[in-house]
Amino acid sequence: MSTSIQETKKDKLFKVLVFLLLTAALVIVLYPLIYIISASISNPSAVNSGEMWLLPKDITLEGYRLIFQNNDIWRGYFNTIFYTILGTLINLAVTIPAAYALSRKDFAGRNLLMGMFVLTMFFSGGLIPTYLVVKSLGLIDTIWAMVLPNAAAVWNIVIARVFFQTSIPKGLEEAAIIDGASNFKLFTKIILPLSAPIIAVMALFYGVGHWNGYFNALIYLSDKDMYPLQLVLREILVLQEMASQNTNISGSMAEAMHSKQQLAAIVKYGVMIVSSLPVIIVYPFLQRYFVKGVLIGSLKG
Amino acid sequence: MSPANSPLPKEDSYVQHTQPIRNQDSVKKKKTRKKGKNRKILQNWQLYIFVLPAFLYFIIFHYVPMYGVQIAFKDFIPTLGIWGSEWVGLEHFTRFFESYYFWDLIKNTLGISIYELIVGFPLPIILALALNEAKDGLYKRTVQTVTYAPHFISVVVMAGMVIAFLSPATGIINHGMQLLGLEPVAFLSEPEWFKTVYVFSGVWQSTGWGTIIYLAALSGVDPQHHEAAIVDGASRLQRIWHINIPAIVPTMIILLIMNMGNIMAMGFEKILLLQNPLNLESSNVIATFVYQAGLLDAQYSFAAAVGLFNAVINAILLVTVNHIARKTSETSLW
Repeated sequence: MSTSIQETKKDKLFKVLVFLLLTAALVIVLYPLIYIISASISNPSAVNSGEMWLLPKDITLEGYRLIFQNNDIWRGYFNTIFYTILGTLINLAVTIPAAYALSRKDFAGRNLLMGMFVLTMFFSGGLIPTYLVVKSLGLIDTIWAMVLPNAAAVWNIVIARVFFQTSIPKGLEEAAIIDGASNFKLFTKIILPLSAPIIAVMALFYGVGHWNGYFNALIYLSDKDMYPLQLVLREILVLQEMASQNTNISGSMAEAMHSKQQLAAIVKYGVMIVSSLPVIIVYPFLQRYFVKGVLIGSLKG
Repeated sequence: MSPANSPLPKEDSYVQHTQPIRNQDSVKKKKTRKKGKNRKILQNWQLYIFVLPAFLYFIIFHYVPMYGVQIAFKDFIPTLGIWGSEWVGLEHFTRFFESYYFWDLIKNTLGISIYELIVGFPLPIILALALNEAKDGLYKRTVQTVTYAPHFISVVVMAGMVIAFLSPATGIINHGMQLLGLEPVAFLSEPEWFKTVYVFSGVWQSTGWGTIIYLAALSGVDPQHHEAAIVDGASRLQRIWHINIPAIVPTMIILLIMNMGNIMAMGFEKILLLQNPLNLESSNVIATFVYQAGLLDAQYSFAAAVGLFNAVINAILLVTVNHIARKTSETSLW
């Protein structure tokens, strides 16, 4: 009797600990996000001096006004939208049919092909040989450099393949083939209409990858007019900031700062939001799809 | 009417007869299998077209570069091409091994990876176990949604956040430290802070997302185990220790193996962004060095050699860890 009371006491303590742990995780993740939002609409000097630490102070939209006047950001935005749409369409066109074929048990050679694809997850030629291939194909400084070197991801093919293996009733395929339907017909008329969930998951995974990627653009593009948003951001968020920090490490330069430089600070927080906006808006609605994708992958992983 | 009425048995018989082929009249079976295989290829030729784009992609962008790795043993001159360039044997490798920065690069690469593994590996497990204990409801869902979100922040924005928050004069972290009476620290200009900054910004970004795979494994635990343990008087901590943790051990091992296989190839995109001349001493890793030497200084062969060295170490680590895991726990990648 007494032990059971002790147990419940212990369990209560345990519950409190779990709650505290989750709350700590929540606060730690949430705080920087709220700070960025607040900073982007606060008075720059309040942000830089540390007066503003949670909620916006002296709300101003000056930062956003400057962002919307910035041609580089606009151009980067449109470039990124373009690369994301084109890149994702190519990704889907490569991934979905391949994953479907590889899911078919009567497809001779599927294990060999799959093995060949999966091997590239662990072994690769490396940065330099890959760069030289892209260069020798004449893709440097073309939009194709943004969409072809990452036209497919092994992991996503694995996920899509598992989906086809587990979610398409085999009888459907066999019946169609016996009725004389070709594989093309079977795929376009029967399989694709049943594949909306996996197409959505794949589009999300690939789309976010294109939206957030900067490295391909960094190494394959030199023409500034072609820069995607992330490279424009890199200049605003990383290069300028590093330069200013390295030249003035003296410390109390906050007062000496020009008001223009002060504004630059809230512009930075603003561009973080503006650039992440599409993903932020879309994410809560599609969270379960993302999670689903990870879960399908873990089945096979 | 037609055989279409019984598609399932057909599927089964196919599965059965391909597998145990090496038995009594195996010669005859082999022959028929081969014939069947040829017919299958003819019948399904369209499926090869389905795979063709992916096949070409992997050949062109993955296998051709693997072939191109030979420039690591050559003195690659772009105008001569891979074939025309002269063989130089291990010259680039010896140059790298004997360079004064060799041990610094190794130390930084391993240092950052191991630090990341030690801090970053257990946290998603702890968070997942805690989430698993929480009752389903709004609060739990909120925690999940919020902690997953940073996963979708781009590495450039992440680096921008780190730089802005850690700024010695205007960053919120230093303002907070001053409030506590601490001296401001120029985190990104002082080499000794670099690894910590890298690791903890990674923890912030990926711990939540990392819980998904563990939560999936935990949801597969049979509730009867817990009921039986409760009857036996096990506390919640004991039940986590003896039921939940064993349930996620296979997942942990797989992820650990994959992490070990990546130990020399960590998120170098972020390192590249956070790197500056002042912290280079501790932020220069093999991958960023390859980028610098190969793409900025155009020493293609030398950089390819360094990259190959890195890849070989990685492959050895992966195979070794997988071997150990298979021997000791029966869970492994292959």
